[in-house]
Formats: sequence, structure tokens, C-alpha cells
Amino acid sequence: MWLPEPTADHEDMFMPISYLPLLILFVIILLFAIVAIGFPTLLGPRRTSKIKVEPYESGLTPFVSPRRRFPIHYYMTAVLFMIFDVEVIFLFPWAVLAKKLKVFGLVEIGLFFLILIIGYIYAWRKDAFTWER
Amino acid sequence: MNLLDPQTIAPWFIKVVGSLGLSAFWTQLIWDVIGSVSLVLFAIVSILFIVWLERKFAARVQDRLGPNRVGPYGLLQTIADTIKLLTKEDITPATADRVSYNIAPILAVFSVFMVMVVIPFAKGVSGADLNVGVLYITAVSSLGIMAALMAGWSSDNKYALIGGFRVVAQLLSYEVPMVMAMVSVVLVSGSMSLQKIVGAQAGGRWFFWVMPAVFLLYLTTALAENERTPFDLLEADSEIVAGYHIEYGGIKFAWFFLTFFLNTLFLASFAATFFLGGWRGPFAEQVPILGFVYYFLKTTLVIFFMMWVRATWPRLRIDQMMSFAWKVLVPTSLVLVMITAIILKLGLSPFWETGLLLISNLAVILVVLGFLGRALRLGIERPKRRVVA
Amino acid sequence: MVMRVVFVVVSLFTLVMAFMVVSHPTLFSSALYLVATFLGVAGLYVLLEADFLAVVQVMIYVGAVSILIIFAIMLSRGMMGKRTSSHNRQAKWVALASLLLAILLLYFITVLMRWPAVQAGPVPAGAIQMLGQDLVGRYVVPFEVASVLLLVALVGAIVLAREREI
Repeated sequence: MWLPEPTADHEDMFMPISYLPLLILFVIILLFAIVAIGFPTLLGPRRTSKIKVEPYESGLTPFVSPRRRFPIHYYMTAVLFMIFDVEVIFLFPWAVLAKKLKVFGLVEIGLFFLILIIGYIYAWRKDAFTWER
Repeated sequence: MNLLDPQTIAPWFIKVVGSLGLSAFWTQLIWDVIGSVSLVLFAIVSILFIVWLERKFAARVQDRLGPNRVGPYGLLQTIADTIKLLTKEDITPATADRVSYNIAPILAVFSVFMVMVVIPFAKGVSGADLNVGVLYITAVSSLGIMAALMAGWSSDNKYALIGGFRVVAQLLSYEVPMVMAMVSVVLVSGSMSLQKIVGAQAGGRWFFWVMPAVFLLYLTTALAENERTPFDLLEADSEIVAGYHIEYGGIKFAWFFLTFFLNTLFLASFAATFFLGGWRGPFAEQVPILGFVYYFLKTTLVIFFMMWVRATWPRLRIDQMMSFAWKVLVPTSLVLVMITAIILKLGLSPFWETGLLLISNLAVILVVLGFLGRALRLGIERPKRRVVA
Repeated sequence: MVMRVVFVVVSLFTLVMAFMVVSHPTLFSSALYLVATFLGVAGLYVLLEADFLAVVQVMIYVGAVSILIIFAIMLSRGMMGKRTSSHNRQAKWVALASLLLAILLLYFITVLMRWPAVQAGPVPAGAIQMLGQDLVGRYVVPFEVASVLLLVALVGAIVLAREREI
């Protein structure tokens, strides 16, 4: 009821055939990963001690959790990346058929670029690209 | 079946297995399983070789001998190392987050293995010739960023956490110009399918000759995406020991190691595919099996270049690295995309189009190098204050 | 048959991961489970033959948004490693109420609603070209507005991050 009944000619195909290798590679790598990670747990020695499972800190005993606050540059980098990433997503469908488009298509993308370049210049002027601070 | 033409193997196989009475779906499934297993095996065997090659090459550059004990010329050294890593004790730090600590190496290897399905090895031979091939590469690679973050956080170690965040910032920053370089390639070839991109480079019109600036841009970002010198900050031993995989040992470390070299292999093969004509070469159309040879030759060439850089160059500082990405590479890549789009719209004959693209690319290289040299002479890139994290 | 199995596996994975997001005590782990949820959604898009959408889902949500979320978590004070309970005293009643609501909604959506039947057919070969055509043709205004939106997001982030200097 809650799954659509497949039609007769659709029965054997379960997804676009070009994605079948992806699914199979996915499963095979998963199997491979599980086997390879499981292998040393079976084969390797097991002699744990309290010192051995401590986090490595150049021989010192860690006394404070490393999970502290981090500087804001990382966040800025992620924001900048996301904005350019979204822009790229818009660019690709255009790039595929840019040759066939008329001049107007170029103008539209030029406008799109221009607005982003304004943002880029603003970010530069506000020193968003400078790491030290 | 014609052994000289690998394209005919799949139909032949499907015919043979189909005659045994299996349905078309199961035949396809068996064929895909064989293909996937051979892809994975190919990758692992080439990694064993590439690791040996890199150690030997770096040793020769630095006037050392390199591995020379196990097997002839030390060829079996990596196999011995693998066996050693496989039989090591499996340690999880007491304070680590067990789930993500164990999933991170798997995810890391996963992200690079899944990428190889789109590589065109020869004419008509690739795991899956996706319509969104180029985007697929960038999407799957972004899983690797997640793996680094997971590894760094879950280890509960200062060095790991700082290394993890550093490497994420680096990978994010260099992904923007890399994807922009790919946009230029897609613009000229008019397709995101990798087979079609190779197809667009017919007649010796490799994109390397058409867009050398884009090629250089791609190569630079590939070095950074691969965390290689001069962008190997996560391995800055003097600062953060070993970066995000410091707490990993035995097989789990081996997986990060494998990821690193798989990344080298795939970034090099994409450089070969996008810019050096992929499987194209003399007689590759008539005798498709030659495509494998050309593909391997070109990939090895790019890998050699990366090894050469790694063996000889010093390391950048993190602020230099970040401002190089955002202040030099990103604007260059934007300009290159715009120039390419405009030149393609001029409606010139193919000869003039190629020539104009080449000239403008050379001009871009000169201008960028000029600006860079001037900035370095003026010392603009010198930091005012030191950074810790 | 196989399609159904894959669909059930992918949806169950997505649902379980989504549940882990809201119930895990560590905020950072919740973010990681959110990544898994995004991946599951991408898998659903692949099953719908929407390859471009699936790739974009992974690229934007896994590659950018979740990293942004994680960086935001580590910016905030004391949120990185601390275990906080994600339940309060009303959790039981809220769970019951949401379950009832979910059943009600599912009933409405699947049984009562008469959805217009769309002929299922193969995805046209040049789907991405068509998308690009629409982006610079029919939907050119939303397309340009999207770039303005990105600009606003960029400026906003910079203003927030560099508050003291303005």
C-alpha cells in the first residue's frame, strides 16, 4: 500500500542502469572496509594499559579537554566556501550549454558574477581573507 | 570478443553469461561486481607501487638510497609495511568518541574510492559515465573533508583537533578555485561527462594547449587538496605532530595513508583527463587498448610532477596558504571562467578560438605572476601578528 | 523488487539517523548524524533519478552546510564536548503528541489526498541542459535574485563576525 506497485516492464530494473555500478562499488567498498578493519582485531595482539589508551600529548598527561572554543576564521572560511559553492552549483548547468546560448545568456551570467564580485571585494576590504587577527 | 578493444568485453561477457540462462539484470549485476572488484584491486595495487615510487624518488632527489632491502630495489617494501600494519594492535583512545573514531577512516577511504568510478580508462571504458561526472567528483570528495573533521574531533587530542580544523579550512579554500577550473573545462567541452570531456579533446587539441593557466590552477589546487608540499600543513610535524590522524595506529592509520595516495592517483588522473587528453594518443581510436597505456603514462607523469614538488619545496605558513587561496587563486579562477565564456561567445573559427584562449591564458599567467612577485617584494604577505590555531 | 529493498534500506537509514540527531546527548555527534541524514536524502534523490539534485545535495549540504554547522558549534562556548540531555520532563507527552500528529498527517497525505497522477517515464537525456536553459531563460529573475541573496549572506556573515570594527 505504502510503496507504489512497480509496473510489469519496470520490475527488473531497479534504478537507472548507470547507477548500478555505483551501488555495487558502494557495497564492495563497505565489505572491504569492514573486513580490513576487522582483520587486525582478530589477528593483532591485545595488551592494553592505562597509559596506552591516553591521548598523545608529547609525553605529558593531558589535564584539560582539547574541545575548546576555536577562532572565528574557520567559521568565516566555511561561510565564504558555502557562498562560492552555491555559486558554482548555478554555474555548472549554464556552463554545459554556454556554447548554445545567445549573448543574453552571457550577460545574465555576467550580472550574476558582478553581484558576487561586489561581495568578494567587500569581503576583501573587510579583511575576511586575512588569517591573522 | 576483440581483445584489442576493451569495449567489446562487456557485451561478450553479457552474451556468454546470458546464454547460461540468467536474466539480464543478474548478468549486469555479475558484470558490475567483477568490474568493481577489479577497480578496487587496481587502485590498491597501484597504491603499493606509487608508495614505493614516491619513497624511492624522494630518496634519489635527496641523495639517499630509499627502500632497498625487501625484494629487488625494495619493491616489496610496501607489501611488508602493509602486512606489518595489518597485524598491529588495534587501539582506541580511552576518551575518544568510539563511533566516529572508527567510521572516520572508512569514510575517508570511501570518498576517494567512490570517485574512481567515473575515470575514463580507455575509449568507452569507465565504471559509470555519469552525466554529472564533474560535479560527482567534487561532491564525493567533500565527504573526505567530513572524514578529516570526524577524525580530528573524535580522537580527543589537541593536535588532532587543530590539525583536523586546519585541514578542513585548507580543503574548503582550495576547493573553490579547483571547481572553477573545472567550470572552465566544462565550458569548453560543453559536457560534464568525463568521456565527453576526453572526446572534446580530439585531434591533439588537449586542453593543456588551449588553457595552460587553467591547468596550472588545477595542478596547484590539486597539490593543496592532496595535502602535499607546499600545502602539507597538516603534517607540520614541528607544530601539530601528525595532524588529525595522530591517534590512529595500525590498520586505521593505514587507511588514512591509503587515502592520501589514492587522492594523489585520482587527482593526477583527473588532471590527465581534463587537460592532457585522457586516453587520447596516436592510434588510440583504432586500437582502444592503447588508451589504457596513454592514460597510465599521463597519470604517471602528473604524479611524478607532484612527487618532484614534494621532494624539493618548503612548506607554507597557514596564513600565507589561506591568503594565497582567497586572494590569488579565487580571483584568477573567476577571471579565467569569464574570459573563457566571452571568447567562446565571439563566434570565431576553431583555430582562432583556440589561439585566443591560449594567448589570454598566457596573459593571465603573466599578470598573476607579476602581481605575486610585486606583492612578495613589497612584503605585503608578511603577518603583523602570530597566530596560534 | 530490488528497488523496493534499496528504497526501504535508504529511507530507514535516513529516519534512524534523523532520530539520532534529535536524541544524541553530544551536540557534535548530533551534527555528524545530521550529515548521515543528508546523505540518506541524497540516496533518495538518486532513486528518483534526479542525479543533479543528488550531487548538489551532497555538495552543498554535506560539503558546506554541515561543516558550517560544526564550525558554529565549536565557536560557541563549552558546546564542543559537553553531554547535554536533549529531553526534559515533557518528553513523553511531546513524543505521544507528535506520533499522533504524524499518523494523522500520513493518513491525510496518503489516503485522503487525491494527488494528480504523473506519468512516470524516463528522465530526458539532457536534463542538465534543460535546467540551464530554464535558469537563464524562464527563471532568470529568481536566478539573479539568488546571487543577491548570496551577497546578503556574505555581508551578513562578515558583519556578524567582525562586529567590533563597524
